Amino acid sequence: MLSAVIEGIGYWSRGLPSWEAARAFALGGAEVADAPSRPSPLLLAANERRRAPETVAVALDVALAACQAAGRDPAALPSVFASSHGDMAITDYMCSTLACEPRTISPTRFHNSVHNAAAGYWTIGAGAMRPATALSALEASFAQGLIEALVQLAAGDDAVLLVGYDGAATGPLARVAASRGLLGAALVLARPDRRGAAAGPLLRAWLGDGEAGVGDGKLSARETGNASAAMLPLFDALAARHDRLALPAGAGRILQVELAHD
Amino acid sequence: MPPLAIRAYTATTALGRGLDAQARALRERRSGLRRNDFAPLAPGEAPLDCWIGRVEGVEQAPLPAHLASWECRNNRLAWLSLQPDGLLEAIAAAVARHGAERVAVIVGTSTSSIGATEEAYARLEGEDRHFPADLSRPLLHTPHSLGAFVAAATGLSGPCVTVATACSSSAKVFAQAARLIQAGLADAALVGGVDTLCGSVLFGFNSLQLVSSEPCLPFDAHRVGLSLGEAGGFAVLERCDGDEAPGSLQLRGYGESSDAHHMSSPHPEGLGARLAMIDALARAGIGAERVGYLNLHGTATPANDQIEAFAVASLFPPTLHASSTKGWTGHTLGAAGIVESAIALLALQHGHLPGILNSRVPDPANGPQIRFDNAEATIDYAMNNSFGFGGNNCSLVFARA
Repeated sequence: MLSAVIEGIGYWSRGLPSWEAARAFALGGAEVADAPSRPSPLLLAANERRRAPETVAVALDVALAACQAAGRDPAALPSVFASSHGDMAITDYMCSTLACEPRTISPTRFHNSVHNAAAGYWTIGAGAMRPATALSALEASFAQGLIEALVQLAAGDDAVLLVGYDGAATGPLARVAASRGLLGAALVLARPDRRGAAAGPLLRAWLGDGEAGVGDGKLSARETGNASAAMLPLFDALAARHDRLALPAGAGRILQVELAHD
Repeated sequence: MPPLAIRAYTATTALGRGLDAQARALRERRSGLRRNDFAPLAPGEAPLDCWIGRVEGVEQAPLPAHLASWECRNNRLAWLSLQPDGLLEAIAAAVARHGAERVAVIVGTSTSSIGATEEAYARLEGEDRHFPADLSRPLLHTPHSLGAFVAAATGLSGPCVTVATACSSSAKVFAQAARLIQAGLADAALVGGVDTLCGSVLFGFNSLQLVSSEPCLPFDAHRVGLSLGEAGGFAVLERCDGDEAPGSLQLRGYGESSDAHHMSSPHPEGLGARLAMIDALARAGIGAERVGYLNLHGTATPANDQIEAFAVASLFPPTLHASSTKGWTGHTLGAAGIVESAIALLALQHGHLPGILNSRVPDPANGPQIRFDNAEATIDYAMNNSFGFGGNNCSLVFARA
């Protein structure tokens, strides 16, 4: 069985711009009244912060928050970035431009169109030369990212950063591949025998058969339109100190997760 | 790391379908590149002035009826690439030994089936600009289209992931599969990658001024840029059972790193590339002098090749035979990792080491490792480098049992 200590958590959605805000909301509190409409990842230089695609901004914001909560140096962590669709606003831009004026494609938008744009900006901003990966598995994206992070720990790494995120679909694409809002969440996961100063819940996970069903927690209920919402039962359980949940793992399989809270 | 057995492997590129076609063209030094005839979707636009590595016959090879809902160029190429070299038989054997739910599907791509999304945008219908009916299929318009299609086409139901780290994608799948099998989540894995030519990559790389108007010249003093290609390839990996046939092929090591430098230019001293190579050698438990052939990333852009040559010269003795095979296939992006791993495995299996095609004047910065001519040699270890946008690097070490 795979296991890890959750040393740090990051969270951002509109109205809940931190894990503290998300946890309070999940436990019955209100949204943050004057929350910013866009994350502002401190890891990027000011001009890059403004220009970064929303998906990159949210991924970097939650990644840094999770590292800070864990007391881990971002440069020291390998990272796994899981996103169902990457940046759909850029896909919309690329496809619209190719349909009429292909020779005017913006070089910056093109290099931001790669699925590992968030992972790339993270490693550059954090100065992390450790491995970074970017993957996608539709509604199973976060569960497969969690599996990859856990097997990296099993293969010997002390701690791994896991980030799940998706943005909104725009343009004609939005009708066939829907996603709304902007959502990111991150975990710093450590080997149980090598956890850092910030001890946290112990997570165990294994694959099983079945359907994960719809999360009934308040975070899950709030973000049903986002392509990364399938990860939220884990964050609802972390907020409410529940001990069992299941995430969709694809092809009729589920990732069973057990949490032992300290 | 514990070695992983490679039960079968294959590649389909502009050189043809399957390993024989690759090996023959490499030996005969015959390029698959042709003048770009990939028509833009925008009305009235001429194809870009460049050379491409296009797979023959994709247009005439529709998916079988039971897979028709997955129809698009990228999934077609995935299907074509699954057929040669006993791959489907090796998959069936792995399923017979372990069960379909114990065989993972881990594939890499850079653009997956975005070509279908591009086509939908070029054919929008009605005042509300909706996708035409034949392209209103959500599973085509997402990066996981490739992984989900390969799982559907093979019936495998183990963990299924699409890795998309640009041009290192289908090298990293070997590392991910090795960890998954080592941790006990699967007993075997189908790994690979597919990328097809589409407007995004042709006009995207053109916007970065990285595309050559002539066939690419890796490590040549006069190189000016890359030639883009499309390809697919796969390998079946399995935990070694302790009774491996002598001479059978294995994955022995992987190394991954990040440049932490720039989205689309490599670290000026090649630090990330060095880290990946050092890590792969360490995991394989060998010194650099044991490697007989290294397939370089070697895109033929001025900066990338210079930095890779520098990194290679700093790690390997002059006896190493290292080459870029992109003059044969073009840069196949997210499929480069699997295609060039297949070429490294062919070198290991048969002792034909490819050189570099079309290049004539070595860049003065090339070390003695970088060879333009083909060679014959029996080697014990072969290596492959794949480096991607975002400074994402992966190196793999292969050996015989």
